[in-house]
Amino acid sequence: MPQNEYIERHQKLYGRRLDYEERKRKRDAREPHKRAERARSLRGLKAKMFNKERRNEKIQMKRKIKAHEEKKVKQKTEKAPEGALPVYLLDRDVTSRAKVLSNMIKQKRKEKAGKWDVPIPKVRAQSDSEVFKVMRTGKSKRKSWKRMVTKVTYVGENFTRKPPKFERFIRPMALRFKKAHVTHPELKATFCLPIIGVRKNPSSPMYTTLGVITKGTIIEVNISELGLVTQSGKVVWGKYAQVTNNPENDGCINAVLLV
Amino acid sequence: MSKRKCSEGDHQDNGTESEVKRVLSRFKSETGEILPGGLLDLPVDITVDKLQLICNALLQEEDPVPLAFFVNDVEVAGTLENNLNKNFSTSEDIVDIVYQPQAIFKVRAVTRCTGSLEGHKEAVISVAFSPDGKYLASGSGDTTVRFWDIYTQSPHFTCQEHKHWVLCIAWSPCGTKLASACKNGTIILWDPLTGKQIGRSMIGHKMWVTSLSWEPYHQNPECRYLVSASKDSDLRIWDTKLGQTTRVLSGHTKSVTCVKWGGRDLIYSSSQDRTIKVWRSSDGILCRTLEGHAHWVNTLALNVDYALRTGPYHPLEKPSDNLVEQAKKHYEAIGEEKLVSGSDDFTLFLWNPEKEKKPIARMTGHQQLINDVKFSPDGRMIASASFDKSIKLWEANTGKYITSLRGHVQAVYSVAWSADSRLLVSGSSDSTLKVWSIKTKKLSQDLPGHADEVYAVDWSPDGLRVASGGKDKVLRLWQN
Repeated sequence: MPQNEYIERHQKLYGRRLDYEERKRKRDAREPHKRAERARSLRGLKAKMFNKERRNEKIQMKRKIKAHEEKKVKQKTEKAPEGALPVYLLDRDVTSRAKVLSNMIKQKRKEKAGKWDVPIPKVRAQSDSEVFKVMRTGKSKRKSWKRMVTKVTYVGENFTRKPPKFERFIRPMALRFKKAHVTHPELKATFCLPIIGVRKNPSSPMYTTLGVITKGTIIEVNISELGLVTQSGKVVWGKYAQVTNNPENDGCINAVLLV
Repeated sequence: MSKRKCSEGDHQDNGTESEVKRVLSRFKSETGEILPGGLLDLPVDITVDKLQLICNALLQEEDPVPLAFFVNDVEVAGTLENNLNKNFSTSEDIVDIVYQPQAIFKVRAVTRCTGSLEGHKEAVISVAFSPDGKYLASGSGDTTVRFWDIYTQSPHFTCQEHKHWVLCIAWSPCGTKLASACKNGTIILWDPLTGKQIGRSMIGHKMWVTSLSWEPYHQNPECRYLVSASKDSDLRIWDTKLGQTTRVLSGHTKSVTCVKWGGRDLIYSSSQDRTIKVWRSSDGILCRTLEGHAHWVNTLALNVDYALRTGPYHPLEKPSDNLVEQAKKHYEAIGEEKLVSGSDDFTLFLWNPEKEKKPIARMTGHQQLINDVKFSPDGRMIASASFDKSIKLWEANTGKYITSLRGHVQAVYSVAWSADSRLLVSGSSDSTLKVWSIKTKKLSQDLPGHADEVYAVDWSPDGLRVASGGKDKVLRLWQN
């Protein structure tokens, strides 16, 4: 075992080899190559340990470089954040509200034409045979003028049935819906809102009058609880939404608000 | 009294054709002085116009002054009869009719949007007219303060020095300086004539500044000192000449929400620690702490606010040589200083902060927090705006409830009085402004136009214009 710091002592007394610096430089220059060689050739546990160490080293290095760069570059003043609030609202949790729906006139025009820019423009047509099931009636079940709707429907509050004998379309209670999950595209939030009516079923005007809700149907929903306001300061309560799922398969209505 | 006899004689003459009841009445001023006419025998169906004629004749003033009449603190609207109690015996009792002189000039209600001043790139947070009503400034979330030319309705100067949202601005009562404060806690002074910064930025607050108030004009016409309230629960009095803090008033334990510099050497500050503190401005000593609110105190208003804001300026008077005297006269015309505070506990308190710690009245009725409260310029009425969508009017002397103004469909953020105290404008989260007539206590004008919430509204001291700004980044001017 070596005793004491004899190497340091020798260096102090006699100095280093004359080519010490040169050799050191070369050794340092060769070091990465050696390490790379090691990284390539190591196997098993040793490789695992080596790689872990290497990875940590690299992370440290990158961090250091980044710190140096930050020191060099003059701090750019950061921009003031968006969504400025007056003093009196700073300490309150203000829910982000989408901008007031400013295109009220446009919407009215569209309403007249019966056309909307909708999220789902093309909808598969629903044939009669798909929507209605023929009910056989009469004592010997010979008559077949009665139909049962097999899709989800919306039936208004004040609907009263005709006498069952003359009722041509049966809308089963189990498929009647009163609420829809409506997503506000700007707020990116979904609300469970009451349906006001079915505005348009693209498959057939008859479905519209019957209140059949299929994928792509435009429904009117009551958004008064969202607290949106028109420009003239009135609460908006009815707005259109398009159904985005197949309610008859899913057991719920999902829709996107048309803004 | 010959007068009475004479009128009795009249009564007998026409008593046969119509049984018009008559009452003994006398006119009193607000302070309780009885007019020299003595007792008057008036028919009960006398109208306000005729009362005005009689009262003006008794007052013996050169120009007839518009007056409002009150019986038992209720304003006489149609005829005197409506205001008399059921059990009032017309033959014996004496009616005291209190008269109040109204402002001589009249502000016409703003009816239309005459200009939408675009330029701000973020929500407009604060809007203020200068005390003489000639300049308009606005502070916004895009870190700029902008000066606008109200006559051509065009941008004048854009001042970019702040690094964060400009939260509040305040004109000095002399009208030559505008102070603005940002969310970083920096306060900067601007010159409205050049749009340049005056002096250095005043840095000291550790958090954002919530409110600014200048020292009153009649105490120092130079307008040198400024007090600022901050979220870091301190108040600072700044020497704007040196750009330094002269005094730090600390004592509040939570964010200070509002500060007012009163006319008699006192500073009032409200805080979220549920107290209102009264400080002496000359040496920064805490005079008293007004306690009573059960939740954050949001806002303060003084009955002399308008006088202090406008300083020596008045819409009718020509500026005289002695501006300080003029300012002092306006200030003293209001009388004793009264303070009203609105809070998150849905109540308002009326204080006499110079003398007592006890409130004069507690005003309840709002169903949501109170966001803004303002005294009318003549100091006779209080309007409070609340998140329960209503504005309520209160009597300033007693704190008695007068009426509610309903019409907004969402929270009311701010209110502003017209200079003649006959109209009120309110800005709301439902994107509209509404002008309310105080005489009829009803909606006078609905002003839609903003595309989003209205954050700030101000009525110019000369009464000609209303400016409003909000989340839709546009500053709008409204005129008759």
